[in-house]
Amino acid sequence: MTVEKLEVIRRFPRERGQLLTILHELQRANEGNYLTGEDLRLVADYLGLPLSAVHDAVTFYSLFSLKHRGKHIIRLCDSPPCHLAGAWSLLSALQEELGIGVGQTTEDGLFTLELTSCLGVCGVAPAMMIDDEVYGNLTPERLREILEGYREGS
Amino acid sequence: MRRLEVLLCSGTACLSSGAEAVKAALQGALADHGLADEVRIVETGCMGPCELGPVMLVYPEGVFYVRVRPEDAEEIVVEHFLKGRPVRRLLWSGEGPAPKEIPFFARQEKVVLANCGVIDPEDIEEYIAAGGYEALGKALTELSPEGVIQEVKRSGLRGRGGAGFPTGVKWELVRAAPGPERYVVCNADEGDPGAFMDRAILEGDPHAVLEGMAIAAYAVGASKGYIYVRAEYPLAIKRLERAIAQAHRHGLLGPDVLETGFSFDLELRMGAGAFVCGEETALIASIEGRRGEPRPRPPYPAQAGLWGKPTLINNVETLANVRHILLRGADWFSSLGTETSKGTKVFALAGQVRNTGLVEVPMGITLRELIFEVGGGVPEGRRFKAVQIGGPSGGCLPEALLDVPIDYESLRQHGAIMGSGGVIVLDDSACMVNVAKFFLEFTADESCGQCTPCRVGTQLMLEILNRITEGRGTEEDLDRLEELAQLVKSASLCGLGQTAPNPVLSTLRYFRDEYLAHIRDQACPARVCPELVHYRLDPELCRGCDACRRACPTGAVRGTPGKPPYTIDPGACVRCGACLAACPFGAVLKLPGRKG
Repeated sequence: MTVEKLEVIRRFPRERGQLLTILHELQRANEGNYLTGEDLRLVADYLGLPLSAVHDAVTFYSLFSLKHRGKHIIRLCDSPPCHLAGAWSLLSALQEELGIGVGQTTEDGLFTLELTSCLGVCGVAPAMMIDDEVYGNLTPERLREILEGYREGS
Repeated sequence: MRRLEVLLCSGTACLSSGAEAVKAALQGALADHGLADEVRIVETGCMGPCELGPVMLVYPEGVFYVRVRPEDAEEIVVEHFLKGRPVRRLLWSGEGPAPKEIPFFARQEKVVLANCGVIDPEDIEEYIAAGGYEALGKALTELSPEGVIQEVKRSGLRGRGGAGFPTGVKWELVRAAPGPERYVVCNADEGDPGAFMDRAILEGDPHAVLEGMAIAAYAVGASKGYIYVRAEYPLAIKRLERAIAQAHRHGLLGPDVLETGFSFDLELRMGAGAFVCGEETALIASIEGRRGEPRPRPPYPAQAGLWGKPTLINNVETLANVRHILLRGADWFSSLGTETSKGTKVFALAGQVRNTGLVEVPMGITLRELIFEVGGGVPEGRRFKAVQIGGPSGGCLPEALLDVPIDYESLRQHGAIMGSGGVIVLDDSACMVNVAKFFLEFTADESCGQCTPCRVGTQLMLEILNRITEGRGTEEDLDRLEELAQLVKSASLCGLGQTAPNPVLSTLRYFRDEYLAHIRDQACPARVCPELVHYRLDPELCRGCDACRRACPTGAVRGTPGKPPYTIDPGACVRCGACLAACPFGAVLKLPGRKG
């Protein structure tokens, strides 16, 4: 594990400016879409930074997590255009369908539900992102179909 | 032989509504009918009308299809491609077949978006064929760096990211700053809710941004650049990475660009979900691998930016304008727009407007033209109420101001800002107090917390707005709100805090009666705030089906099945709206005001 992580880290130049890029890579590589305490220490050592500086950055940015998350991260857009288009009713549909609240992970470890600021696809509001895929013109029915697709694919 | 070209929009919005499946179906149908070699499918960037996606344009006729489904592929191939008869039911609601006949396109002036939806953004050859990198060549071989700056200055181009600072002046300041090293940074951290023009440019014409950066680097004397793009835009990141690699291979980036001795290297940096990083000093901190916290200015990045070196930061759309200025000339550019705002502006239309999506219009067009002619107005049966322009830093303008021309000064004078160009149309179903609260919730949430006026001030304002929307506000609260707003505006460290009160101030200015209705009458006129509405059963429409009574969690609905009308006991009602959702006859009325 540690060796593989070091391999990921060593692909990048030893510069502080690489911090966010390395953290993104490590988080993506980890099962559970999160950063472990070991990750933070390895990065700190590699870049010659105090551990606190790495922790400081990680906790500032909302896309980094120190908590084990699901295999797929659902990010429902919570911005005004999506809000006007009924994102709040989608949120309750999602919560009901998944049986979890915002920030929580389903028991089977498949999904984590999060809210996000604007995804920039307001033309097809309401929208959400699952991992790197964007879904627009959402309705509770379409939502269920999409989730079903992920469940079958897992 | 190639007979037809299908331009299939492959921006994020059209992909989210199934463009990939349409492509696969078209390819299948083409192969079935032996047309695979005659018809070429090009995946392009955003064409504009996102709501109608997936959209596609068929050349040479220029037939524009909307809401194409994979099931339509067979008919399109057989009827149109084989028999030459465009499929009428897929044209834009009875409009002519070609984009130029459709009002949405007719009023637009595409400069920055000229390539978007036309070329394959993943193929540098197509960009070059469309005149790409010609401006860079011209700059490097015919113009001195000062000459480039003069041309940009003369064009009157101003920053498209929000503040509208004259671009040429900024370039001059960076060039004049002392020191051997300097940087060019493209701010692609588009985060304003409702803004997506930068995403569309990055996805649809990434080389235009790279070319703009290379020209800027030559002008200011930089040899290294960064594009800071938000992680929420994976497709833009992918296309940028590809574009950078292609430009390197073609000798358009890297050492000795076009064999002129000019060197320019470009790196991509990803954000990590912090809105404040769109602020230039916070963005710099983030590229340096720190928390994205803004710092006081001066010194401005032009003097001390990235790693303390002079740094030019321009927004995506600003940079995408540069090549056109060099190729077509400053005089041409400044002939577009108004006295103080030159050129065009890309706007993202969202909210309660018929044609949502991306449009590019000359500066100086009125809000009315933008919303009603290009945007097609509000959907049938609704009434226009306000337009929110400029995102969380902007303001809400009422119907009476629809004839205001869109330029930096006019908008600011009326309490909104150009911002990045997000336009959210609100109809009579929107509560203005709630809209103001929503934007403030956003900025309060995204405040980095470093300075007290922004961190605490926005929270205090939010508490007042919460009180008002819950019917606990007083008229003194409005004075207090204005006082706090002025304080947050004047005392905050960065642009986020300095502009955060704008949605509140503009709604107080133009929709004060709605605030007063919430306070004095305990009523939400738009029937949005749950505490300030009540429910009543229409005795004429009630059929006594009992659905509402069964849905009611508190037993507030009274009645006997089959014996209409039912009634609602206002004392027991908790305003949850379950009866409204349950009624199949539209007999439950939601009315403004706390009591019946």
